[in-house]
Amino acid sequence: MATPLKNRHLAGWLLASPMAFVLLCFLVLPIVMIVVVSFWGATEFSIYPAFQFDNYEFLLTSPVTYSVFLNTFKYALVTWAFTLVIGFTVAYFLAFHVRSLTWQVALFLLCTIPFWTSNIIRMISWIPFLGRNGLANSTLISWGVIDEPLDWLLFSDFSVILAFVHLYTLFMVVPIFNTMMRIDKSLIEAAYDAGATGFQTLTNVIIPLTKPGIMIGSIFVVTLVMGDFITVRFMSGSQSANVGRLISNDIGLLQYPSAAATAVILLITVLIVIATLLRFVDIRKEL
Amino acid sequence: MEKRSRAFYVLAAFFVLFLLFLYGPIITIGILSFQGPQGGLTFPMNGVSLYWFRDLFQEQAVGDIWGSFRRSFALGLMVMVTTVVVSVMGGLAFRKRFAGSAVLFYLVITSLVIPSILVSLGVGLIFSQSGLDVHWATSGFGSQLTWTLPFGLLIMFAVFNRFDKSYEEAARDQGASPWQTIRHVVLPIIAPSLIGVALFGFTLSYDEFARTLLTAGSYNTLPLEIYGMTTNVTTPVIFALGTLTTAFSFLVIAVFLLTVWAMNRRRARQGSDAGQGMV
Repeated sequence: MATPLKNRHLAGWLLASPMAFVLLCFLVLPIVMIVVVSFWGATEFSIYPAFQFDNYEFLLTSPVTYSVFLNTFKYALVTWAFTLVIGFTVAYFLAFHVRSLTWQVALFLLCTIPFWTSNIIRMISWIPFLGRNGLANSTLISWGVIDEPLDWLLFSDFSVILAFVHLYTLFMVVPIFNTMMRIDKSLIEAAYDAGATGFQTLTNVIIPLTKPGIMIGSIFVVTLVMGDFITVRFMSGSQSANVGRLISNDIGLLQYPSAAATAVILLITVLIVIATLLRFVDIRKEL
Repeated sequence: MEKRSRAFYVLAAFFVLFLLFLYGPIITIGILSFQGPQGGLTFPMNGVSLYWFRDLFQEQAVGDIWGSFRRSFALGLMVMVTTVVVSVMGGLAFRKRFAGSAVLFYLVITSLVIPSILVSLGVGLIFSQSGLDVHWATSGFGSQLTWTLPFGLLIMFAVFNRFDKSYEEAARDQGASPWQTIRHVVLPIIAPSLIGVALFGFTLSYDEFARTLLTAGSYNTLPLEIYGMTTNVTTPVIFALGTLTTAFSFLVIAVFLLTVWAMNRRRARQGSDAGQGMV
């Protein structure tokens, strides 16, 4: 029959039309709007249509921009390193050391449940831990490790990174675990039979085969951290800045054109990072 | 069974520490929300009471918590149903490998990786410049879909990658129409995964903050309300609220997981015994 084949494209688009419609209205148009507005001008109370490069000029000549972007990359890089090591270890344990499928599923779910709860609450919940009179400080003092409460535990880069790792390690565990579960166990047997040690098997067999999962996890973590503004604001006590905060500050001051220009630069940066990472993995094949 | 290696115990210890790291803080505020009336935001406990929970139910000075909860719940259900329907349609569409599907796929990925605040800003700007009022059920709803739909679609990809096409062929061979094939063969088989998509749809919406920040309008959703509280509430009442909404999330997750479990059990019991007889 030739008809269904000819209609395949039409049927595909019909089925995909709701998704295309939503993405067009709430993703493509908003991005277009941001790009347009980034050339507009602003007074203290309102914004007006224009075509000027003032916003970009101000942004690209301000030293603040560069330090804030640098800070954003720093957060992304450090968080990525921690989530990767922790996420890989957890996934490795679940995939290769837990033996029954029931236990694997149960422990895996235990890891993912926090993902379905509120991020803001999960951030707030660090306060009683890290505060000046918090659990960490009082424990360390009672153990005699320190005499004075540590001030840098809360509202610092330390707490920002800690919160990022706490919130986003999950995004590493899930794709890495998924890839590991698809590794043919006989390959590992073969490595052992060929005389490889456990560590050699890890570095020569498991890690190369897990690369797609690592890439997908990295995409999630890097983009989430780079686009974040609330974690940095909340956990640093408004003392550190990243690009997201720059945007949200401008929004708070109703300086939408300036916020839009920053957003455009951020979007370009994120897309370049993602495009680089996507070169190493075919997402559709890996699911 | 062979003996556990030393690596197992090291890794198991690491895993337990990880779980402690994940759940420790939330357990802490769970305990602290039972602070006595004089208690503060951290230990020691100043007596044990339900004072702060009562505070939450009575005092309206902390904001419109119940109204925002109702809105978040309604919005979560809206997003959930839309996500399931649109993702299934999208998943079926992508199986057809239609012309231009790559473009749509890259849009989906963009939707997943774009910083949330950009969606918030862009949608907010469109509404304000075209003179429309932002409202959680219109602009907020659409913005949240840009976050839940990619997850839904990726889950559908995972489902259809594992889907045995011979079921459909069998249905077609017996004269089923395309719609009958989907309705009576495909949908029942993928039903448990749809519960998973629904879980993502509801919880991601219920907890979403950044994408609704500039698109919810004058009526806040619950995360926005909580965010507002973090700047001006300095009593354990915020822990009480955190405990309640987390407990609610756990309840929702449990309901979804139990549904999947029950479905799988029912399927195992009622399934055909074809191929399991004497060979």
